[in-house]
Amino acid sequence: MLKNRTPTVVGAALSDYPRAPHLSERQHHAQALTRALASAGLSIKDIDGYMAASMGAESAISLAEYLRIDHKVLGGVGIGGAIFEWMVQQASAQILAGQAETIAITYGSDLLTRSGRTLGTAGFYREGDTISTSVMFEAPYGSTIVGAYAMAARRHMHEFGTTPEQLAEIAVTCRAHAALNPNAMYRKPITVDDVLGSRLVADPLHVLDCCVISDGGGAVILTTAERARDLPVKPVYVLAAEGTQTHWNISEMPDFTIAPSAYCGPRAFAKAGLKPSDVDTIQLYDSFTITVLLMLEGLGFCRRGEGGPFAASGALRLGGAFPLNTDGGGLSACHSGMRGMHILVEAVRQLRGEAGVAQVPDARIALACGSGGFLSGHAAVILGTEAP
Amino acid sequence: MDQMLKVPADLAALPTPDVAGEWKPFWDAAVAGRLLIQACPACGRRQFYPRAICTACGGEPEWLEASGRGSLYTFSVVRQNLVRPFKDMLPYVLAMVDLEEGVRMLTNVVGCDLGEVKIGMPLEVTFVRAKDGVHLPYWRPVQVSGRRGS
Repeated sequence: MLKNRTPTVVGAALSDYPRAPHLSERQHHAQALTRALASAGLSIKDIDGYMAASMGAESAISLAEYLRIDHKVLGGVGIGGAIFEWMVQQASAQILAGQAETIAITYGSDLLTRSGRTLGTAGFYREGDTISTSVMFEAPYGSTIVGAYAMAARRHMHEFGTTPEQLAEIAVTCRAHAALNPNAMYRKPITVDDVLGSRLVADPLHVLDCCVISDGGGAVILTTAERARDLPVKPVYVLAAEGTQTHWNISEMPDFTIAPSAYCGPRAFAKAGLKPSDVDTIQLYDSFTITVLLMLEGLGFCRRGEGGPFAASGALRLGGAFPLNTDGGGLSACHSGMRGMHILVEAVRQLRGEAGVAQVPDARIALACGSGGFLSGHAAVILGTEAP
Repeated sequence: MDQMLKVPADLAALPTPDVAGEWKPFWDAAVAGRLLIQACPACGRRQFYPRAICTACGGEPEWLEASGRGSLYTFSVVRQNLVRPFKDMLPYVLAMVDLEEGVRMLTNVVGCDLGEVKIGMPLEVTFVRAKDGVHLPYWRPVQVSGRRGS
């Protein structure tokens, strides 16, 4: 009899956040893995595949040594914050193919402790640097991460009449959800006027349109549906995991109003045999409010150009049709540089019914969509409580 | 109050390209005030930034001198940058320019008031000498003929 090898998430956990000066990058990986193993009822010796990414120097291969994981498969390429959704795609394929039985994916970042709040506006080069990569066509002009996303927001406003107020609704929604999360960095509710009255970092994006900067890591563990049956946890099945990269540097983005999720989103829904209206909660990478807006359009939750009115409709609130970032998101809870891990863990918590006061009632289908670089690579993972 | 957009006062502090490598022809042309993009002789595709391969057909692209005219595709008024010399020139306009030839490049808009910057505005290239003799293309509003060269 054929064993059911459907890739299944059995462990998911975060390391300490938003401030964790007591943890190094390695320790974030290790603490999250320890917790994820405990949540799955597994031992580290059950892991035979490993994938990892960090904000700093720790590579998958150095971490595999640190953790002494005896792996049949190893992965960890840089695609920015969406890396963990891409890893779910790869891990799922490897589990289905029988390359490994149980794969751990870990993330660790001591970004806030190590670098302070410098990522978005002091990114990748220093005074007087000489640059030999293709970034040389951007660096002399002071391109920042926030500035790159701001240019996308400006173009969307120009083409579709999207307003700063509509973008602000996304930040207000995430803050309302952060108020329910005792670990969130910022919990005090805010209004649209608060967002519009906050400092402009790169016009039209205000400081409250931008994610927080924190420490934090996480881990998810995937195995086969067959193996999951023996574990003392509610299984969460991977129904689809699809990614698309359209560019790396912002200047290479083909159309500043079309995010890569417009390509991988429809593929993911087709593979899962689902449509956006089937989804109970969405965990979207909210590096900036505009990131979420472009994803909502790309993934098909609203039509192209209608992200503004949709964001302001209340659909993204708990109680709405598609509750967004129920932990408070990167905009309010935590963002340690590559938030793709956190959105996966929150999606799993929702489907396990472990989200407490932020629980979406009877959540059966969750979508997590990561974003890496400068709207460069998106990857959507659709998870469900019932085996396909 | 409107603010005049300028290149940084301390040009030596700018991060600048290594002009010795793959992109030497581009930077050599810039010294002479010529803006180069690429065109593929096989399929006609134009591309920027320059590459050793045509991204449309895999062929070998050739250099093509651009007219130096374009229009503003999108922009942001950057008001926070922690790195010199940018932190000394705030606010500045980070911009994407659509060239007449159909490619796009990232730049700063200079030579006008901040309040004049609008998507779609016609722009022309202007080169500014930075450290080590590197000439960087910036874009400014198209000069009216009466003022040009005066």
